[in-house]
Amino acid sequence: MTRRTRTAMFLGSAAVLGAFLLWGFSGLPSFGHGLISAGEMLNRVSVAQRHITDVVTAVNFDYRGIDTMGEEFIFFAAVVGVALIMRPQPGEGARHVEDYAFGRAVPPTSDAVRVLGLGLAAPTVLFALYVVAHGHLTPGGGFQGGVILATGVLLIYLAGEFDHLHGLYGEAAVERAEAAGAAAYVAIGFLALVSGSAFMTNVWPLGTTGHLVSAGSVPLINTAVGVEVGAGFVLLLNTFLRQALVIRPEPTRTPLEEALNRSRW
Amino acid sequence: MTFLPYAVAAWLFVIGLYGIVTSRDLVHQIICLSVVQSSTYVLLLAIGFRTGGAAPIFIDIPVGRAAVDPVVQALCLTDVVVGATVSALLLAIAVQIHKRTGSLDPERLRESFG
Amino acid sequence: MNALQVVILLLVAGGGLLVVATRDPLRQAMVASFFGILLALLFFVLQAPDVALSEIVVGAVALPLMILLSLAKVRGGQR
Repeated sequence: MTRRTRTAMFLGSAAVLGAFLLWGFSGLPSFGHGLISAGEMLNRVSVAQRHITDVVTAVNFDYRGIDTMGEEFIFFAAVVGVALIMRPQPGEGARHVEDYAFGRAVPPTSDAVRVLGLGLAAPTVLFALYVVAHGHLTPGGGFQGGVILATGVLLIYLAGEFDHLHGLYGEAAVERAEAAGAAAYVAIGFLALVSGSAFMTNVWPLGTTGHLVSAGSVPLINTAVGVEVGAGFVLLLNTFLRQALVIRPEPTRTPLEEALNRSRW
Repeated sequence: MTFLPYAVAAWLFVIGLYGIVTSRDLVHQIICLSVVQSSTYVLLLAIGFRTGGAAPIFIDIPVGRAAVDPVVQALCLTDVVVGATVSALLLAIAVQIHKRTGSLDPERLRESFG
Repeated sequence: MNALQVVILLLVAGGGLLVVATRDPLRQAMVASFFGILLALLFFVLQAPDVALSEIVVGAVALPLMILLSLAKVRGGQR
């Protein structure tokens, strides 16, 4: 089957798919009309029931906490998958990290990038911690704050070299932090079991609405998810950078050089 | 005109599928897949919208004020981050495919993997 | 449905078409980053600040970064 035949067949079936989609969407309530009844009720009772002001975070980590646990494990599995797929293969070795460009001299890192990167790295990390900590009060939470944290680390790489990242963290510590974040989420759920309620019930003291310490287990779960997502994205960044910069197909070596090289992973 | 958000969601879905089917490059396919994913976010958020509603954050507005649906926002929120991570997984697979076979063209890969 | 929502929806539809129509992956990464920001604007206009925050950091920063690093690995070749 040639490419043209395939494209023509697809265009035909896409037209049918589009028609069915539009026909199905026309059965939905018109745009701007209404909410599902659960959303309406949640908007009204969440603040009084859970002492929380960000209802989206309440839905994510309290009313539907088990679903978010599942999503978090998809994230964890994907990061583990990337680390496994990009592991050093037989026949590959590490080379000294240097910048290279295709067919031209490497331009030095511009001063503007360096100044901005260094200047913005710490405020970005601080902003990430703020977003994670205030997830139950204002828009934010563990997922967004974790990714912003990884962005702060990325700024340091942009302003410097790849080796500077290793002065910042050890890779084993980041892996352990990610696993600890995922385990903490499940542990908080089990603590609810220990106290006699169902798994993942919010049994912690609820506090006063609008304060930093309120809404029971939600700030704790936010912190756990923030640590996990932040460490996960840093690991992703590290894996991709190492693939692009460090790992190269190996020239033939003596067994001694092999052993010395392997011990550096 | 009130049908426009749903039409845009259907359009994004179909155009993303077209990109995947007629693509010549694995990385191009992965980015088109993210366009298909974004069509579901547009659809979900359009379903939850209420005219004149505010964001469901009650720190500065009184509790009785009309707000949009928080449940669909919670669904989209985690989905955005997790979808990007799954795209990272696909990119890792594409990189390893290129290492082994030297090409990212789906047409050529189809012949080599049989 | 006010004019702002209509304009941003049309921009999003056009942005999706642009992302698919750009065939070179390097250019497409930049267009995808711009598409992520358009989506975040749409989510913001639809009163979803949480989702907009997520989409900005992920769709405009993290995803194009990983695409660029993959392309650097693939285009760099076995030198």
